[in-house]
Amino acid sequence: MNDPQIVALLPALPEITLACGAMLLLLFGAFRGERSASSINLLSIVLLAVVGVMVIELPPGKLVAFGGSFVVDAFARYLKILTLLGSAAAIILSLDYLRAEKQQKFEYAILILLSTTGMLMLISAADLIALYLGLELMSLALYVLAASNRDQVRSTEAGLKYFVLGALSSGMLLYGASLIYGFTGTVSFAGIAKAAGQGTGNAGIGLVFGLVFLFAGFCFKISAVPFHMWTPDVYEGAPTPVTAFFAAAPKVAGIAIFVRTTMVAFPNMTHQWQQIVVFVAIASMALGAFAAIGQRNIKRLMAYSSIGHMGFALVGLAAGSPEGVQGVLIYMAIYVAMTLGAFAVILAMRRDDGAVEDIYDLAGLARSSPGMAFFLAMLLFSLAGIPPLAGFFAKFYVFLAAIKSGLFALAVIGVVTSVVGAYYYLLIVKIMYFDEPAKGFARMAPSLKWVLGVAGLANMLFFVYPGPLLDAATAAAKSLF
Amino acid sequence: MIVAALFFYLFAGVCVASAFMVIAAKNPVHSVLFLILAFVNASGLFMLLGAEFLAMILIVVYVGAVAVLFLFVVMMLDVDFAELRQGSLQYLPVGALVGLIFLAELLFVVGAWSIGANVTAVAPIPPLASISNTEALGLVLYTKYVYYFQAAGLILLVAMIGAIVLTLQHRVRVRRQDIGAQVARTPATSIEIRQVRPGQGLQDPNPQGGAP
Repeated sequence: MNDPQIVALLPALPEITLACGAMLLLLFGAFRGERSASSINLLSIVLLAVVGVMVIELPPGKLVAFGGSFVVDAFARYLKILTLLGSAAAIILSLDYLRAEKQQKFEYAILILLSTTGMLMLISAADLIALYLGLELMSLALYVLAASNRDQVRSTEAGLKYFVLGALSSGMLLYGASLIYGFTGTVSFAGIAKAAGQGTGNAGIGLVFGLVFLFAGFCFKISAVPFHMWTPDVYEGAPTPVTAFFAAAPKVAGIAIFVRTTMVAFPNMTHQWQQIVVFVAIASMALGAFAAIGQRNIKRLMAYSSIGHMGFALVGLAAGSPEGVQGVLIYMAIYVAMTLGAFAVILAMRRDDGAVEDIYDLAGLARSSPGMAFFLAMLLFSLAGIPPLAGFFAKFYVFLAAIKSGLFALAVIGVVTSVVGAYYYLLIVKIMYFDEPAKGFARMAPSLKWVLGVAGLANMLFFVYPGPLLDAATAAAKSLF
Repeated sequence: MIVAALFFYLFAGVCVASAFMVIAAKNPVHSVLFLILAFVNASGLFMLLGAEFLAMILIVVYVGAVAVLFLFVVMMLDVDFAELRQGSLQYLPVGALVGLIFLAELLFVVGAWSIGANVTAVAPIPPLASISNTEALGLVLYTKYVYYFQAAGLILLVAMIGAIVLTLQHRVRVRRQDIGAQVARTPATSIEIRQVRPGQGLQDPNPQGGAP
C-alpha cells in the first residue's frame, strides 16, 4: 500500500470495489444465465455491505482524489452509508416480489449496484463534470429499472416518460453548468466559490442564470415542484420494488449533491439561491399535501408524499446554516427508514390472484394481520410527523433551523402543510382500523417482515436513543462549512 | 488569409443551405444525405478553427455512426414521411421567428461574455502552437481525466446492459446453426437405408417436418 498511485486511489476504493464487483457479477450472470438471479441478489447485498464497511473504515478527515474532483468527508460518509442502506433494502424488498411475479432477472440487482455506484460518485463529486457523470450513471440505470417489466405497457410507459423528461432535465443541468463554467472559468466547486466571491455585478447575473438551470436539474432528480410531474406516473408504472428503490436511495444522492453544490460552490450567493430554495420548498410541501388527498392508488399516494417530504428537507437547506444542513441529514435518514418500511407493507399487499394497490384494499387490516397494521400505522403517524415518532423529530430539526435563520413564514407554511398532509396518512390508518374487513392478504414474506420490523422499530424507538444519528449528522454538517 | 475566409464562406454557406434542405427535401433519404453534407461542412469549419480532432470526431461519430443509423431507420421503417411532412413548410414563418429569437439570444450570450474578474481560466493543456490538439487531448485523457473517462465508460456499460435487458428475447423454437454438430455428422448418423417395397413408397418418420 506504499505505492503512491495506489494510495492516491484510496478515497475512491469503495466506488471502485462496487463497480468492479458489479461487473464481476454481470459476468457471472451472463455465464450462468437466469438461474443465477437469486445468488446474484444475495451476492449484491453482501457486496453493498462490504462497500459500507469500506466507507466506514476509510481514514478519517477530508480525503481528496483525482485532482480534487472526488472528495470524501464526513458529509459524504454519512450519506454514502445511507444510500447503501437504501439500495440494500431495495434489493431485499425485491427478493420475494419478483419471484412471485416471475420477473426475476439477474440484471436487476446489477443495475441497482451500478446505479448505486453513480450515487456514491455523485455524493463525492466536487466539480461539475464529476457531478454530471455521477448523475447520469445513476439515472440511466434508473430509467432501465423503471421499464424493466417490459411486457407491461404501464412499466414501459413509465420508463420512457422518465427517460425523456430525465434527458430534458440533464440538458438543463448541463446548460447551467456550461454557463457557470463560462462565467467563472472553472468547474471545481471551490474555484466557483472563489470566483463568485470576487465577481462583479455583471458576472453575477450570468452565474445566477447558471445557478437556476443547475437547480432545475437537481429539482427534477429529487422530484421537487415544479419539476415533479413525472413522479406519480413513474412510481405507479414501475414495478413496486423499483418504486421502493426510487423513493429512497436516489433521493438521498440528489439531496446530497444539492446541498454540497449550494454550500460549497455558492456560499457567497446565499441571497440569490435562498429565494429559489424557499419557493421550491413551499411549492413541494403544498403540492405534496393537497394533491395526495384525492389519491386511491397507494403508490401514487407515496409519490405525492415523497414530493412533500423533499419540500420539508429543502426547508433545512433554505436555512443555509450548519443547523440547517444537519436538519436535512437527519431528515433524509428518517425519511429513508419510513419510506422503506411503508413500501415493505405495500409489497406485502398481495392476494392469491396478484398484487393490489388500492388503499381500500387495506380495509380492516387490523383484524386480519394486526402486527402489519400496527407497524404501518406507526410509520404513517411518523410520516405525518406526530410525536414521539421519528418523523416528528425530522421535521422539528429542519423547522428549528429555518426559524434560527429568520425564515418564519417558511416554517409556518411548513407546519400548516404538514397538518394538511396528516389527513391522508390518517385516512389510511382509519381504513385499516375502522372499516369493514376486505379479504386478507397472503402471508407476508420473511424478507419484507425484516425490513418492516427494522424500519418500524427504528422509527418508534428513535426518541429513546437519538444520540448516534444526531452526532453523525452534526459532524457531517460541520465538514461542509 | 483570404483563402481561409473564402473557405469559411464556402463551408458555412453549404452548411446552412444543406441544413435547410434537410427539412425541405421531399424524400427522407435525401434529407439524411443533406444532413451528412451539413456535418461534413461543419467539420470543415472546425478544421479552419484549428480543431482538427473535433473535425475528425464529427466525421467519425456523426457521419459514420449517427447518420448511417438514421439511414437504416428511414429505410427500414415503413413510415409515410410524405404524409408526415404534409405542409410542414407552412410553419416556416413561425420557425423563422424562433430562429431569429435564438440568434438574438446567441448574440446576447456571446456579447455579454466575460470571465469573472481576476479569474484566469487555467488551460489544462500546453499551448496549441507547440503540440497538436489530438496529442494534447491524449496527454490528459488517461492521466488527469482518468476518473471522468472511466465514469463515462461505466455509463456506456449501463446503456449496453439496458438495451439488452429491455430488448433481448430468448425465443424457444429458434433454429440456430450449430457448426460443431454439422461437422460431427457422419454417414452413419445422417443416412438411413430403407428397403422400399415396390408401389408403396416411404412413410415420413418425422411428419412435423424439420431436421431429423
